[in-house]
Amino acid sequence: MSPRAACRLELLGFTRVYDYVAGKADWLAHGLPTQGEQAQVPRAKDVLRRDVVTALPGEPVGGVAARVARSPYGFALVVANDGTLLGRLHKAVLDTDPSARADHVMEAGPSTVRPDRQLAELAERLRSRGLHTAIVTTPDGKLLGVVQRADMEARLAGQP
Amino acid sequence: MAIRIDLAQLQELLEGGGQLVEVLPAAEYADEHLPGAINLPLKQLEATTAARLDPARPVIVYCWDGL
Repeated sequence: MSPRAACRLELLGFTRVYDYVAGKADWLAHGLPTQGEQAQVPRAKDVLRRDVVTALPGEPVGGVAARVARSPYGFALVVANDGTLLGRLHKAVLDTDPSARADHVMEAGPSTVRPDRQLAELAERLRSRGLHTAIVTTPDGKLLGVVQRADMEARLAGQP
Repeated sequence: MAIRIDLAQLQELLEGGGQLVEVLPAAEYADEHLPGAINLPLKQLEATTAARLDPARPVIVYCWDGL
């Protein structure tokens, strides 16, 4: 629709017309603020935790395991230098060979959600699958953090 | 022909005084829209409605996902 609107504006004499083709879907998926009647619906970005442990692909998992042990999480996420999510290191592999490279023992391509995902629906999805955590990325795969089901349920129950 | 831009370019244009226009129907705009955007639905886009826009400043249009 926006390409047609841009063309129409040019026909009306506007000379500096730009088309944000990815549109509202892209804006929302980056977790950016919005206005309107639905803007206050609780979403994943509202309970986002950014303190998840991360590791670089070539990093030995021994050091990662130590960071995970000091964190409230039982896993770490492997990210490239540009922040792109590559994989997840489960507790089981963190407790094995400490010299193993992270990218050699990670679970590649874990499932992710976007920050604009509505909390009620996401919490139900996690509940139905017996999951407690979801990884949140931008549409282009950059890690934003994680969300926990307990946080979602507390938020939906009206707790701060 | 309009220049296609990504999110980073959009944010630069907005910082430079660009005018943001959602071209979806009014109900969708009322539900949720980008901060500061005005609503000029495609079906009502004509000279009189577009008169709200300043022709001297950049105009950035968007819909849901470009389709």
